[in-house]
Amino acid sequence: MRVTIWGCRGSVPTPGPDTVTYGGNTSCVEVALDGGAIVVLDAGTGIRELGLELLDRGVRRIHLCLTHLHLDHLEGLRFFAPLWDERAELDIWGPPSQQLSLQERIARAFSPPLFPVELTDVPAAVTFHDVPREAWTIDGASVAADFVVHPGPTVGYRIETGTASVAYIPDHEPALAGAIAGRSTDWISGSSLASGVDALVHDAQYFEDEYEERIGWGHSSVADAVAFTRAVGARRLVLFHHEPRHGDRLLEQLEDRARELSKEDGGAAPRLAHEGMVVELP
Amino acid sequence: MERRRHKHLVLILAREFASNLATPTLIADDQGTLVFYNEAAEGVIGRPFAEAGEMPLDEWTASFAPRTTDSEPLPPERRPTRIALDERRAAHERFRITSLDGIEREVAVTAFPLFAHADEFVGIVAIFWRE
Repeated sequence: MRVTIWGCRGSVPTPGPDTVTYGGNTSCVEVALDGGAIVVLDAGTGIRELGLELLDRGVRRIHLCLTHLHLDHLEGLRFFAPLWDERAELDIWGPPSQQLSLQERIARAFSPPLFPVELTDVPAAVTFHDVPREAWTIDGASVAADFVVHPGPTVGYRIETGTASVAYIPDHEPALAGAIAGRSTDWISGSSLASGVDALVHDAQYFEDEYEERIGWGHSSVADAVAFTRAVGARRLVLFHHEPRHGDRLLEQLEDRARELSKEDGGAAPRLAHEGMVVELP
Repeated sequence: MERRRHKHLVLILAREFASNLATPTLIADDQGTLVFYNEAAEGVIGRPFAEAGEMPLDEWTASFAPRTTDSEPLPPERRPTRIALDERRAAHERFRITSLDGIEREVAVTAFPLFAHADEFVGIVAIFWRE
């Protein structure tokens, strides 16, 4: 299993000289399974570049797993090259809603005044799926989704083969349901998804003092990301969903803070996600 | 090896909500297992949840000998928690209990079902009102 980061910025794209090292594209992660299948996690602006590469590689069948439909996880879909290729088959998975189907909700982004082409007019063969309550299989890998603490219907994902596992929970505020340290994992949002994984890609948007001013916004402090990683026994933490106001230097301070907080834990030191980062698992 | 699943997100959020309430509140899962009650409820029940632990709600309820205000046994089908679990609708009832500390109390209980989705029942919340 190979995990590649195409976008790791939170909230809004942030191109510019201060974000060159870690990147300004919003959430998008590619998971290449051993059998060759491609699973794409979220459709932030990072998916644009990924789409071009997938067509170059000759990939025609793609599974896109959306955690939720906030714009920073969806806005790149309209510029995802496979969507505009009639040879492409795209299965889009996302959280169910009581009011509208996944297709109807995504179609809002493909309608005036936001966009000139309707979703029904895209050339690719697109199939929409509500994520099931039980794990399902893609190319021999088990994929599980579960709702997590974040405003609006939001899920995280766990992808697991016989030899490797990754959890992707980019927008997550588990501390909103109580302090993580000392709490049974039975009562920690997202813990089933992340339990014992080889790599955990998790929200770490804020420094601790920033978080105090943004409780309830749906994101984690670096301290809570480390505490969550410790609680679930994940082997390595990839710090994700970077705060738009954090340039490269500030992000490195956040990584230092994560390493300081986790130095007693053993295992791999937390690392900042950056565009182009590749994590080979196991 | 099958991964252990954590409590449903709705129950996790309900517990945190209850933890911050001054109103005695308990939570049971979809199987009728009492999974939490808050500090305020300890005053009604007579001991902390940490001591009581998870147990079948009916067993827990029976330990208080619930009875009508006329001191007749309160049948399960009239207990708000049982109605919320079985019929998945809100219910309210006034009755007497004997708390674990031996004190007889008159309480009113409102119980209501929790649905994560229209077809996904995940448990109930019961609120005690001291009469």
